[in-house]
Formats: sequence, structure tokens, C-alpha cells
Amino acid sequence: MSPAMFDLLLRGLKETLIMTGVSGLLSFLIGLPLALVLVTTDRGGIFEAVTLNRVLGLVVNGLRSVPFIILLVAVIPLTRLIVGSAIGIAAAIVPLTIAAAPYFARVAEVSLREVERPLIDAARAMGATRWTIVREVLIPEALPGIVSGFTVTLVTLVGASAMAGAVGAGGLGDIAIRYGYQRFETEVMVAVVAILVVLVCGMQWLGDRLARALDHH
Amino acid sequence: MTQHPVVVLDHVTRRFSAAPALDDITLSIDRGEIVGLIGRSGAGKSTLIRCLNGLDKPQAGRVLIDGQDITPLGENALQPVRRRIGMIFQHFNLLSAKTVADNVALPMKIAGRPAAKRRKRVLELLDMVGLADKADVWPSQLSGGQKQRVGIARALASDPLLLLSDEATSALDPETTQSILDLLAKVNRDLGLTVLMITHEIEVVRQIASRVIVLDRGRVVEEGPVARVMASPQADTTRSLLRGLSPTLPRDLAALLAPAGDQALVRLDVHGPDARRPLLDMIAQATGHPARLLHGGLNDVQGIPYGRLFIALGTANPQKVQAALAALTPHTTAIEVLGHVPRDV
Repeated sequence: MSPAMFDLLLRGLKETLIMTGVSGLLSFLIGLPLALVLVTTDRGGIFEAVTLNRVLGLVVNGLRSVPFIILLVAVIPLTRLIVGSAIGIAAAIVPLTIAAAPYFARVAEVSLREVERPLIDAARAMGATRWTIVREVLIPEALPGIVSGFTVTLVTLVGASAMAGAVGAGGLGDIAIRYGYQRFETEVMVAVVAILVVLVCGMQWLGDRLARALDHH
Repeated sequence: MTQHPVVVLDHVTRRFSAAPALDDITLSIDRGEIVGLIGRSGAGKSTLIRCLNGLDKPQAGRVLIDGQDITPLGENALQPVRRRIGMIFQHFNLLSAKTVADNVALPMKIAGRPAAKRRKRVLELLDMVGLADKADVWPSQLSGGQKQRVGIARALASDPLLLLSDEATSALDPETTQSILDLLAKVNRDLGLTVLMITHEIEVVRQIASRVIVLDRGRVVEEGPVARVMASPQADTTRSLLRGLSPTLPRDLAALLAPAGDQALVRLDVHGPDARRPLLDMIAQATGHPARLLHGGLNDVQGIPYGRLFIALGTANPQKVQAALAALTPHTTAIEVLGHVPRDV
């Protein structure tokens, strides 16, 4: 492999990591509160507000049902508004976050729902405020599941960020399309896929380890 | 110090759909008492205990905690009341993501006590329940009995006025149950803490409660000092709950029972000092025949003996049997001729 190709792949990796990392972080910051709202406002929840819950559930389902490649194009006006451009890494982060945040919210929601009702009642019986229940019971008890869910979200983002290459976002996916697919440079294609495999495996391994370290069941 | 009872339920009714879970319940619990609330599953015990800390609300009646009517209080206003009530659970309900020490510290954290004071108190409490060396382990590493000890330490952390025990020993083996009951009795004795235990195990009530309340289909069917209720239960529910505890006629003897035969077989229930009278001699004097103890047993409720005995009278003569019954009746809580058995059993 030529040094130029090596540099190209390195740059692609860096771009992929930035896109995945930033949109992953944003998805976490948006998705976790969203998941908490979805769980606690449901019927019988500690902040019961059924109408809000229904509306929010509908929005999340709506966003999740749009194919990513369509979302990518559909949110271009919004992207322009936020980052001033519809092309590039920063521009890709907007649709990636819009796709991943509701996804992560649903995944985290499942873990939060698995926190048993008696544990919440025990905290209520101690006189805990509802915020204390969120902070001391819901989040810590669901954390291993939330970490596993976040790992899945990140891995999904790696794949989605490759698609974002289609809007000139750069990254490994962009390189695979332009060099590997359009120019028939099999070597590049294989290298990109190999890097992605290693990246995904590494992320999964790390996520699994962290989740296990946090799980004291 | 206030004089009013720690808990008062005043005509409390709680319905789920149509059937009442609690039907016009009135009761009160005084400071320093250990009260056992017993009933079968579905009798309304859990609903009752949940009404005491506002986890559930009655549709009618009032619940007073230390003189304060908590029925009209909302979730936020209930919080200070709940901080004065400790609770332990059948399945412990410890937080798996917190160490033993952090679990015990949680009620103090909720009450806003500074971290330094919390740690000191946690160690005192763990020492009290015999788990001083387990402060920094995870609950999952503990046995069931140890988990319940942590639950007790946690319940005591807020220096509560009242301790609610919701089937706290039902998931434990008999030996562990014993040690947990001893611990609760100690807590009651040393701290003067009022304890309400709900259970379906009469044995639990027998061991540590001073007073028992029997619940059936949402109603209080019997109430009184444990020794009295166990020795002479009035309600059918109480009798059936007690059945497992009193000896019953072994099958081989029951099979031999006949309307007529060599000797009359009587069942007698005894209670208090009468249980230690020379009952067999008294029968022998009344009938002129030696009496034989075929089966039975004595137990004790907090130092007071009670029990059930199956005695063959040594005769089937109706007059002599009547004489024996007359001699025994003043000293028994119940006496009944069950039938007749051969002389060689």
C-alpha cells in the first residue's frame, strides 16, 4: 500500500471516529433524557403524563421509521440552518444524531423499564423525591443495560456514517465508495472493511467489558 | 414525647375495582409494640401496609401516623412522613448498583444528612446487624439472611418512628428466619421501636409479636394478645392459620377411631399454668383407670405454655368418661371426646 493511500485511510478513520463520536455523544445526551421521559411519564410512572408520553412515543417512532438515506436528504434544510452547510463532517453529524438519538432512547428505555417496580417503591417508601429516584435508582440500576445499548448505537453509527459519505461527509465509507467501488480498487475496499471490522469489534469489546464491570447483579 | 398511638386506622376502606381489599378497618398501634398482622395471601395485608406510608390511598377513612392524618397528603407532602417510617421487604429490595454501605446510607442521603455523618452511622448500623465487615461488598455477594440484615440496617438509618415488615422472613429458611426475628426483637427492645409485621406465618407472630391482628378478606376478624389468641382462637381464619402449629391425630390412630370401643379418646387444649398440671393423674383419679397420653405436644408463646393433647381414658364407661371430663374442664380451653380406640394401641 502506498504512503498516500495509508494517509488517505488514516484521514478516513479519523473522520469516521469524529462523526461517530460526536453524533454518539449527542445521541446519548438527547436519548437518555428522552428515554427517562418515556419511562417516567408512562401510566403508573413517577412523573405520569400519559398524553405527553403518547406524543413523544409517536415522534420517536416516526423518526425511527424513516430510512436513514432519506433522512439524510430530508434534513438538509435543518442541517444548513445549524451548521451553515449541507456538506462535510459537521453536516453529517446532524442527520446521524437525529437518527441515532431516538434509536438510543428506545434501547435505553428497555433497560430503564427493567428496573423493578418494588425497587422504586422501596425508594418512595424511604421518602425519596422523584428526582432522587431517577438519580439513585433508575439510572444506576439500568446503567449496565444503558451502556450495552449505547455500544449498539455506536456500532450502528459507524455503519450509518459510511452512508453519510454519500453527502460528501468523508470518512471510511466515502473512501470505500469512491476508491473501492467506483474505481475498482479492491485493495482499498478490503483495507476499509478490515479497519471497520477491527473498529466495530474493538468498540463492542470495550462496551461489553464496561457493562460487565458495572453489573453487580 | 407524644401520647397518641403511632398508627391509627380509622374506618379505612380500599377497593380495587369492586371487591374491597380493606373493608372498614379500624385499629391502632401503640409506641413500642410489636404487632403481628396475619392473614392468608389476598387478605389485604399488603394493601394495609402500603396505606401506612401512602404508597396506596384508601377511598374512605383516615390513616394517622403519630397523630398526623396522612390521607389528604400528596406525593411531596408524604415524603417527610415516609422518612420516619422504615420498611423491610420479602425480597429485600436492595439496590444492586450500590454497595452495602451505600444502600444503608440511602435514607440518610435522602434526608440530606452530610456524607461524613452518614458513613459513621452506616458503620454503627452494620455493626448492630452483625455485618460490620460487609460495608464495601455488593448485595449480590450476600446470602438471603445477610441481605435482610442490610435491609433492616437501611430501615433503621433514618431513626424511624415505626418499622414496617412486609413478609420479611417469608423468603428465608427457618434458621435464618429465627436470627432475623431475634434481630427485630432486639431492635424493638433496645431502641423502643414500634414494629408492625405482616406475615402469613403464624410462627413469626408466635415468636416476637405482643399483639396479633388477624385479617381475612379485608376485615379484622380477630385481635388480641398473642398468647390469648393462640391459646383460644375465636375466628375460623385464626383457627385454620393455627392448624399447622397444633398437633393433629396421627393417621394410624385416626384410622382406629370408632364410635364404640375399649377406651374413650379425648382431645384437650391447654393453656397457661394448667398445661403443667398432672393431667393424667387427675383423669386416673376421676375414672379409677390409668390414662395414657397417645399423642400431643406443648409449645410456648413468649413464656406461656399451650398445647393440645390426645389422651386415652382407660375406660369407655360413659359415667366415668363424664367424671373425667368434669375434672378436666376447668383446666382446659377445649375438650372433646373424639371416639374410641382399642386398649392395645
